[in-house]
Amino acid sequence: MLQALEGSQALAKAVALCRPQVVAAYPITPQTHIVENIAKLVADGEFRCELVSVESEFSAASVALGAAAAGSRAYTASASQGILLMSEVLFNIAGLRVPMVLTCANRAVSGPLSIWNDQQDSMAVRDSGWIQLYCGDNQEAVDTTIQAYRIAERTEVPVMVCVDGFVLTHTLEPIDMPEQSLVDQYLPPYAFSRALNPAQPISIGTLVSPDFFTEARHSHHAAMIKALAEIESADTDWQEVSGRGWGGLFEVQGPEDADTALLTLGSTAGTLADGLAQIPGGDRVKVIRLRCFRPFPVEALQRACAGLKRIGVIERALSPGQGGIVATELRDALEELDNPPKVHGFAAGLGGRDIPLTIAAEALRRMDSGEATRFAIIDVELDKLPPEDR
Amino acid sequence: MSTAPEIRIEDLRRRQPRNSGLISGHRACLGCGEALAARLVTEAAGPDVAITNATGCLEVFSTAWPESAWTRPWIHSLFENSGAIAAGVEAAYKAQGRSTKVLAFGGDGGTFDIGFQALSGMLERGHNVLYVCYDNEAYMNTGIQRSSSTPHAAMTTTSPPGRERMGKRHLKKDIISIVAAHHIPYAATASVAYPADIKNKVRRAMAIDGPTFLQIHAPCPLGWGHEGDQSIEVARLAVLTGLFPVVELERGGIGSVLQLREPLPVNEYLKRQNRFRHLFRNDARATQELEHLQAIANHNIEFYGLRGDRPAAGDACGADTVRRGG
Repeated sequence: MLQALEGSQALAKAVALCRPQVVAAYPITPQTHIVENIAKLVADGEFRCELVSVESEFSAASVALGAAAAGSRAYTASASQGILLMSEVLFNIAGLRVPMVLTCANRAVSGPLSIWNDQQDSMAVRDSGWIQLYCGDNQEAVDTTIQAYRIAERTEVPVMVCVDGFVLTHTLEPIDMPEQSLVDQYLPPYAFSRALNPAQPISIGTLVSPDFFTEARHSHHAAMIKALAEIESADTDWQEVSGRGWGGLFEVQGPEDADTALLTLGSTAGTLADGLAQIPGGDRVKVIRLRCFRPFPVEALQRACAGLKRIGVIERALSPGQGGIVATELRDALEELDNPPKVHGFAAGLGGRDIPLTIAAEALRRMDSGEATRFAIIDVELDKLPPEDR
Repeated sequence: MSTAPEIRIEDLRRRQPRNSGLISGHRACLGCGEALAARLVTEAAGPDVAITNATGCLEVFSTAWPESAWTRPWIHSLFENSGAIAAGVEAAYKAQGRSTKVLAFGGDGGTFDIGFQALSGMLERGHNVLYVCYDNEAYMNTGIQRSSSTPHAAMTTTSPPGRERMGKRHLKKDIISIVAAHHIPYAATASVAYPADIKNKVRRAMAIDGPTFLQIHAPCPLGWGHEGDQSIEVARLAVLTGLFPVVELERGGIGSVLQLREPLPVNEYLKRQNRFRHLFRNDARATQELEHLQAIANHNIEFYGLRGDRPAAGDACGADTVRRGG
């Protein structure tokens, strides 16, 4: 049954459907409504869990880690500064191979201070060893949260579900909340293989010398690569039981024989598709919405991009001094193709700047014009800057 | 002449199996107060526990992969989150309906300084966790740098004495009062010189459903500058001079204290350690710092009412029984 729900409200209900035993979180805009809605569900007896309202994001991630290591399904959520404050713990959780799920309500990182949406926060922790899934709309965010627990528990790698702050978290949409029985069937009760248990005491997080550290890193990397198949099957199996799938690793729209594509992550995909529909020849352009950014689906992207002449990557983050993060990784992935498409890198929509429907046309115009577009911030307004900064 | 093998009670006692959480084979230094204290705590706590351990000497010397000296479920995450990891383990056990007690371990760095916030949050939220701080009064794992627990005037590698300085310029943080100010059911200090007292306090804390805290004064021979076989004696002198008061605080109020019949002058404690060596030079500033330290001890004695007629508590077991854990 469809319900009109705010993104955060839907996410809170989705989390409850997954039956985590411990939830630990610290409020931060724009994640706050998720935590508040979970607290209300707990207060009303609709969600039975230990809700630990901690004193910082650092402790939110740490409490979730302790709970997951003790064998419980655990959840936390954050954004922006909170993701950075917990980043030391995020690396630790992944390195210890402890499964859990975190919602990142994507927001810009200070300074200067911005409470609005971009994806610099999750991009900043892309090397933490977490699986990262980016959602296009709130229905997908609900379904992906449920899938994320299955992926995390089968791979023993934690999963970060990224939803654009405000654009998704604060937007009311008609959502089909799955039945509890359906989720229970898809996501059976969970037993962590290395739980802290006095009957079988083990030591977790020991000091590892150079004799073993490389092997620990190798096995983590290998687990991430193997997770690609789990991410795809989680989506396929969910589609079978719920009727909804989201493309697995990425979703492609547009003609198969297109020579031009635009690639993006998160809610921008809808803007691009609508923008293309308004321009002549727009129907000849593919839109690739990258759902799984970590692990980076190199081979699947190679297959999907073979035959393309050019790809414009539009991302809501950048690596200052380098350029587009996803564009760079895509360029590297496609380099092995016989005739690799030219990859143009664009940053847009930073710190909450609206991404208009015209952005697709503007990206295509730049790709056509032969302007050097290894990387550009496509919507920068240079007249606002002193001449020396332009 | 009897052919029966000679039986010595002392040997039998030594061979008597103990259920230690931390067993031999670890890489702690000779005379390490922290290793001794951790063993005593786990013996008293019993087997139905899980341990969270902050980064530090205790974690490093006990767990070089693929070996571990721990016989309890044990997790080390980071330096500053032992309290929060413990809170998470406790929340999970509660949700699972288990009664396993959670012990959080940290050094003075992980407790007084970098892990202070996570500790405060854990206490405030009322988690059923016994937090044990092994207080050796400096960052020993990184090579003896000052912490907020380092005593006033002590020498460390980041508070060296010199022409302009007489060691650490600041006071030792009063962590037990800060912890007690959370109005938790039970907070106490203890010393490795009084093993039976440590065990009694652990047993007391284990019986309480709620946050409890134990600060154990644990000499570091390398960092304090004394021989490894002097650890117990040095620790005892810290107590007997009043520089390390052994006290219990219940719901924030002072409970029982380890009384001193005749407090010793602080010099008796200080002169045994190289970290205070510069205070015994012929120097007016050194004399002044010694007076400051005596004043701190005098304050402790008065504030906690340490002067008393009861036999010096803990003496019932004596330093000679420490070897078998009191």
